[in-house]
Amino acid sequence: MAVSLDDTINRQTHSTLSWLLSRQTFWVFLAAVLACIALTFMTDTFATKNNLFNVTRNFAFVGIVAIGMTVVIISGGIDLSVGSTLCLSAIVTGLVMSAGYPLGLGIAAALVAAILVGVVNGVLIAYVGMPPFVVTLGMLSVARSMALVLSNNKMVYQFGPDQALLLQLGGGTTFGIANPLIVLAIMALIAGFVFRWTGWGRHIFAIGGNEQAAILTGVPVRRIKVGVYVISALTAGIAGVLMTGWLGSVTTNLGTGMELTVIAATVIGGANLAGGTGTAFGAVVGAALIEVIRNSLILLGISTFWQGAFVGSFIVIAVAFDRIRSFRQSD
Amino acid sequence: MTVLELKGISKHFGAIQALNDVSLTIEPGAVVGLMGDNGAGKSTLVKIIAGNFPPSHGTIRVQDREVHFHKPVEARESGIEVVYQDLALCNNLTAAANVFLGRELRRGVWPLRILDYATMYKRAAELFKELKSETRPRDLVKQMSGGQRQAVAIARTRLSDSKIVLMDEPTAAISVRQVAEVLNLIRRLRDQGIAVILISHRMPDVFSVCDRIVVLRRGTKVADKEIAKSSPEEVTALITGALERA
Ligand SMILES: Nc1ncnc2c1ncn2[C@@H]1O[C@H](COP(=O)(O)OP(=O)(O)OP(=O)(O)O)[C@@H](O)[C@H]1O
Ligand SMILES: [Mg+2]
Repeated sequence: MAVSLDDTINRQTHSTLSWLLSRQTFWVFLAAVLACIALTFMTDTFATKNNLFNVTRNFAFVGIVAIGMTVVIISGGIDLSVGSTLCLSAIVTGLVMSAGYPLGLGIAAALVAAILVGVVNGVLIAYVGMPPFVVTLGMLSVARSMALVLSNNKMVYQFGPDQALLLQLGGGTTFGIANPLIVLAIMALIAGFVFRWTGWGRHIFAIGGNEQAAILTGVPVRRIKVGVYVISALTAGIAGVLMTGWLGSVTTNLGTGMELTVIAATVIGGANLAGGTGTAFGAVVGAALIEVIRNSLILLGISTFWQGAFVGSFIVIAVAFDRIRSFRQSD
Repeated sequence: MTVLELKGISKHFGAIQALNDVSLTIEPGAVVGLMGDNGAGKSTLVKIIAGNFPPSHGTIRVQDREVHFHKPVEARESGIEVVYQDLALCNNLTAAANVFLGRELRRGVWPLRILDYATMYKRAAELFKELKSETRPRDLVKQMSGGQRQAVAIARTRLSDSKIVLMDEPTAAISVRQVAEVLNLIRRLRDQGIAVILISHRMPDVFSVCDRIVVLRRGTKVADKEIAKSSPEEVTALITGALERA
């Protein structure tokens, strides 16, 4: 009796393979890989060094912000203000550097601005108890307005003595890889580690799964939620600085509508808007897939007006696929 | 010595008076049945003792020391463990993760303190074995039966040296065999000198393990007596109000 109880308790119920096959992220990854293989054969231009470089750099910006968004979505929230936060940070970097200050100070100022945005979002959501959708929708408007006010709606394209450094940071390469992609890789690794190996990571999943349970078991829910929105804003701030360096100029419409692309990437990558699920790898894969779709339309000579239709369909297909799978599982 | 002493506890939520001047004393190893109709205030009383929210009036003493809990962790640190009515489980996490929720074991040195999965799985498996529950630590709670979910919630209370365990309807929605296991567990806790407050609507459960019964009606304590001196009929009458007081 005792032996059989031991056996049941210690039995492994999932093989690694069945676990893998049950992941939406895995299937989306497969789709992205297949799309790349297909494009390699269908066009002469896809698998060129130049094109691959552009694709990977382009999705890096969305990917970086998508990692922050994943953290928010895992905790059961949403952050609609990331596009505006990205713009605000970019403007702040631009203004500080064009005033003659060094790159380090420009970055620091941008990140402080982002953190402020995150703290305001987080405090209103966690301590005042307002819905994330409303708070961050308001912030979407406020942060962009701040960018307009600070810059007086003028384009910033001169970045003082450290201009070359900034352009190198966002537009340059290290060992042939675009710098933003390296930042994305580092951030994805950190996020992956935090999700799996830290108490904080465990707690954001708990909050997204059952916030009431997290409160009752003594998880510091409010503090963690503020942190979640600060991280989301920070990723937007980092992407904002890198984008400034890549573009070589900042205007106040930078990042307009980006929140939707970022949320799309996160959801395609397997995060559930109801909270409690999501992976860093998924956010990266989702961002990559959106960029591959965009790139393939251009290379195949299809009007880019179709991009929205493809990305939109993919969101629905990816989530529907996940639904069907979980129906089958619960049978 | 008393483990827990409540004096004149009242609680109102806006206009709703959930508890009205409730006093209660619990000795070590006592098993007290707390009964009452839906909405009588049982869960509210549990949540006050567990530090989820403060009482509007009244004092709480744990082991003869007055306490003011601001959050659940503080109650837990004073040796109060709770099985909540809805079990407070996260469906998206494993059984072991739920058992250790809010007090995860970590290893390594700061700043690289990482979750100690191996030890948590091992400890959780031991606890499930102790509870005689066929619950696998690595399975998601989402896929579990009512009894397994109950086992996860109860396993939590065994993580630390608790002095008093509050159980809010631990036997609702589980099989007869598992009810017997839960009642046995309560007896085992009592034998170790741990006091238990058992909230239940099931008369047979209360009469088989409790040595005292407390009845709440619309937020007021209407009875507090030894179980041997009462009867299911009397308790039913007290709950419904057919009998005013005992
Ligand atoms: N957080 C809250 N806000 C407002 N009212 C509340 C809150 N919690 C409980 N109440 C009210 O307090 C009263 C007592 O509720 P409580 O949950 O303690 O009852 P109970 O005895 O546990 O009932 P049941 O047997 O159904 O679990 C009810 O009228 C309930 O609506
Ligand atoms: Mg209740």
